[in-house]
Amino acid sequence: MTDTGLQTRFVPDRLHSRAYRTLRSWEALLLVVAIAIFVVNSFASPYFLSAWNLSDATFNFTEKAMIAFAMALLIISGEIDLSVASIIALASTAMGLALQYGAGTPELVLIGLTVGLLCGAFNAVFVTILGLPSIVVTIGTMSLFRGISYIILGDDAFRGYPASFSWFGQGYIYWVFTVEMLLFVIIAIVYGVLLHKTNFGRAVYAIGNNPTGALFSGIRVQRVKFILFLLTGLMSGVAAVCLTSRLGSTRPSIATGMELEVVTMVVLGGVNILGGSGSIPGVVIAAFVMGLVTFGLGLLNVPGIVMSIFIGLLLIGVIALPRLWGMMAARRGR
Amino acid sequence: MSRFIPVRETILAAAILVLMFLIASRFPGFVAPSNLANVFNDTSPLIILALGQMVVILTRCIDLSVAANLALTGMAVAMINVAMPGLPIPVIIAIAILTGSFMGAINGILVWKLAIPPIVVTLGTMTIFRGIIFLISDGKWVNSHEMSPAFTGFPRAELLGLPVLSWIAVATVLIFAVMMSRTPLGRSIFAVGGNPHAAVYTGINVGKTQFLAFVISGALAGLTGYLWVARYAVAYVDIAGGFELEVVAACVIGGISIAGGIGSVGGAVLGAIFLGVVKNALPVVNISPFWQLAISGSAILIAVAFNARAGRTKGRIILKSAEKPVGATP
Repeated sequence: MTDTGLQTRFVPDRLHSRAYRTLRSWEALLLVVAIAIFVVNSFASPYFLSAWNLSDATFNFTEKAMIAFAMALLIISGEIDLSVASIIALASTAMGLALQYGAGTPELVLIGLTVGLLCGAFNAVFVTILGLPSIVVTIGTMSLFRGISYIILGDDAFRGYPASFSWFGQGYIYWVFTVEMLLFVIIAIVYGVLLHKTNFGRAVYAIGNNPTGALFSGIRVQRVKFILFLLTGLMSGVAAVCLTSRLGSTRPSIATGMELEVVTMVVLGGVNILGGSGSIPGVVIAAFVMGLVTFGLGLLNVPGIVMSIFIGLLLIGVIALPRLWGMMAARRGR
Repeated sequence: MSRFIPVRETILAAAILVLMFLIASRFPGFVAPSNLANVFNDTSPLIILALGQMVVILTRCIDLSVAANLALTGMAVAMINVAMPGLPIPVIIAIAILTGSFMGAINGILVWKLAIPPIVVTLGTMTIFRGIIFLISDGKWVNSHEMSPAFTGFPRAELLGLPVLSWIAVATVLIFAVMMSRTPLGRSIFAVGGNPHAAVYTGINVGKTQFLAFVISGALAGLTGYLWVARYAVAYVDIAGGFELEVVAACVIGGISIAGGIGSVGGAVLGAIFLGVVKNALPVVNISPFWQLAISGSAILIAVAFNARAGRTKGRIILKSAEKPVGATP
């Protein structure tokens, strides 16, 4: 968010220290917001500070966050995938269909992940090989993938998943720590390392900042983007397994509107929607912020649709406020 | 030659005719004038909204909040009608357009003054508007028996054989055809989308043009909000849920480039009509309505792939061996 063009008129003779920059960073601001929400929540409701309640609260964001990590890389590279929720629907429907033919838990998981991967590949072919804008392609596949689920299921639902399958969405590793939390942590670390510590991650930033420049410096731009779409599809498959396992049933309307929450989470995490900048720790904190807001409001009996007002205000507010401050500072300095 | 016959629109029109011919070969009743009038009337809201969306997309923005704007305005006018049944319809329409424009202006201000990416702004306002409907209505429905007969009767009233709703769509199309080709605003909308930097040098205020595009889109969403609620005689939180995607789909199918600057009124109208024909034909040819979503998704993909192929200008390739720079320089 520092490259808005508002701060460029002042060039300091030396850069600030690393510690100062960390303190002034987006992630630090977000962390303060998260802590503030936590404190407000614990005063607002007596039920908030309970280990089991907080454990339940993590379900509000773990599945979305799994996709958000992959989506963060995709958005940093300058593309977007709006079809993730529909991939969940299709993967879940495929698992339900396999269940009718007597598939066991390992097959179900394999099918869920494979369908996710295939959907990602489908998007990738349109975007990287045919060279079409990802926002239009994924608006199309968003209808197509969920449409296929509707064709298969109609008004029906698949139920009767085996007991062992419910481990992914309902199981606990130790005390209040759920399987989904463990997956969330592992996936966060994997994507954090991938983005911040590998050549691949550098390539993602390079492509987001200047695709033509990246191409001329020897980065296989289309291949990197292809992989990013595959990863986003795969993560949607993982989320589909978790969500299906948690709900214990599949309807074609499963995870409707989740793509918007995932994008909100990524943007809230400080990823520039135009590509080129962002970090995984930011997305992790954003996941907690969104989880805490929805859970805290839920404890106060605020209906889900009203919560969405807060999410929407959060999305616009976190981007608008720094810009407003920047503009006011620039005006005063003149 | 292609200057006088727009290729893309001709092909789309031909596709719609072929589609109707195929349906008519098995079900002749579908192309009876009365049924076609019904299909057009049913598609009218989509046509009106697609024109508003077209203006926004032409300026390199996108408005995902149209359906939520429609629903909020619809709920607002329905509640006003319940509270004051005597209020004349023109006043109701004026309120609807003003409410819609105001919401569009909120989007526009955020895009213009704070330079927030339009997709983020409208994703946010979309959820906020939906939430506000719940707040003002308390989650309750406004049903037909609560609305005044004049309120629900207006869009259905027949005028020269067509319902008023259809005539409003026709009028909107005509106004837009004139606005886009004959007014400074129309030209600046194309200029801003075609090349924002060049537009600045010719004295066009890019941000203000985008702001106006959002206001236009909002005003049409507001107008459609009243027409929608009055036509279906019911208002609740989720009306027109997901309709924003259908509106964007109509534009994409109509050949409006999501990168801005390319598109036409005819394209947007044909894109909307295509979706309308498909939607209305499915029950006729005995295909489950559950197919509709997948079909419109496929139509978007085919249309965008087709338009990109047709519209791609041949540039000089100076780096042949490494990789084709498709999409790298949009």
